[in-house]
Amino acid sequence: MKHLLSTADLGRDDALRILDVAEDMADVSTRQVKKLPTLRGTTVVNLFYEDSTRTRISFEAAAKRLSADVINFAAKGSSVSKGESLKDTAQTLAAMGADGIVIRHPASGAPRVLADSGWVDAGIVNAGDGTHEHPTQALLDAFTMRRRVHGDASRGRDLDGLEVLIVGDILHSRVARSNAWLLRTLGAHVTVVAPPTLLPVDVSRLGVDVHYDLDEAIARVQPDVVMMLRIQQERMAEAFFPNAREYARSWGLGAARFRSLPHAALVMHPGPMNRGLEIGDDAADSPRSTVREQVGNGVAVRMAVLYLTLAGDREDSL
Amino acid sequence: MSTRTVLSQADITRALTRISHEVLESNRGPDGLVVLGIPTRGVVLAERIGAQLSSISGVAVPTGSVDVTMYRDDLRRNPTRASQPTRLPDGGIDGATVVLVDDVLYSGRTIRAALDALSALGRPRAVRLAVLVDRGHRELPIRADFVGKNLPTSAAERIFVRLHGVDDDELVAIEGGADS
Repeated sequence: MKHLLSTADLGRDDALRILDVAEDMADVSTRQVKKLPTLRGTTVVNLFYEDSTRTRISFEAAAKRLSADVINFAAKGSSVSKGESLKDTAQTLAAMGADGIVIRHPASGAPRVLADSGWVDAGIVNAGDGTHEHPTQALLDAFTMRRRVHGDASRGRDLDGLEVLIVGDILHSRVARSNAWLLRTLGAHVTVVAPPTLLPVDVSRLGVDVHYDLDEAIARVQPDVVMMLRIQQERMAEAFFPNAREYARSWGLGAARFRSLPHAALVMHPGPMNRGLEIGDDAADSPRSTVREQVGNGVAVRMAVLYLTLAGDREDSL
Repeated sequence: MSTRTVLSQADITRALTRISHEVLESNRGPDGLVVLGIPTRGVVLAERIGAQLSSISGVAVPTGSVDVTMYRDDLRRNPTRASQPTRLPDGGIDGATVVLVDDVLYSGRTIRAALDALSALGRPRAVRLAVLVDRGHRELPIRADFVGKNLPTSAAERIFVRLHGVDDDELVAIEGGADS
């Protein structure tokens, strides 16, 4: 694997390989010495054009546990705010000897441009691009589901037959997009639930079932997993729904709705949570909530991705 | 390309029995022994040696596996390989006498990586090495304490180890090298 840009072009075997290596990486974090020498002498640059402390520190922890040198490049207050182009920034990083670039960018497709341009020969990992994809988030979500479902026997298993409900802002959510593609590849059945204003125009391209009413979807689908997406407060002004209280009542996972779920159903959230808006305390603090596990698993999955993209002979890998 | 079998299934079983007795002899009994295999086939061998040690001594000898993928020095020379699980017995390896088990000892680089991996997992009292086949051509100052069979080979030859539990049949064979 030369780059990780998207889950749409990730085959089942590739995805399982990442998840299986992540199992071994997760074991490392339970040891006395939580560090592997694997990427010693390798330089990983976190190139973040958008603020994202959580994703950045997760990638940073992953790279450091593999003994890579990490350079954090935040676009704010840097040469980028002075007008430097992506090309010039990339070439600067290449000149510094970056072997891997983890990029978060507000423009959809920026990681692909970086990978295909020939400006750098570093491995590119997409850490979220515009409203397009956030592949490592989807991988860590799949990893978390697989561990909850199969436990210690997770290696080599997929998510065959799992019913997953993704609820919320599908329109702007790269998490939803990446999850829809990956979960389908792994054999799960995905249903999205959202107000019509928060669905993409061409939702059929995601290959998922669509519902507008959450209660009806829960009753119909009997989900094994409910994934609540964050409502980005900054979008509230754009009038995608009347107000926060109405959103919480219709599409939030409050106490009553949480009780209406099948008894073993998992509750997931990519964080940070807006308690009282898309998710209530009962659901968020329940033992069936995987929110904290997702954070821990994020480091293991990102270690696996960095290992698989950066450790091997880069000429031979596809 | 010629292939010839050098160890049959019965030979392999006999070699593992002898190794087990030698391990007990040199350790003066089963106390503190932990048998760890290197994936993939070293794990199968470690389980068999562990079972033999337990049945000979009457004391359960813990076994496990130690994956060396992340510690290899040739990662950059090859396409990326997937890692395998590392499983330690509940008691860990601190203070234990670890018997590392692998199928073929060649350059010694895998064992070097395994020693690094072990030091990240704990501090054993001693580490011993048992291999089914020692084919020579060492590139590092490493030797085996217990050897199933010494097989002088040329570097052009390939050694195949096939074991029940991983493969359909069980044998050790040499392929290729000088025409014979």
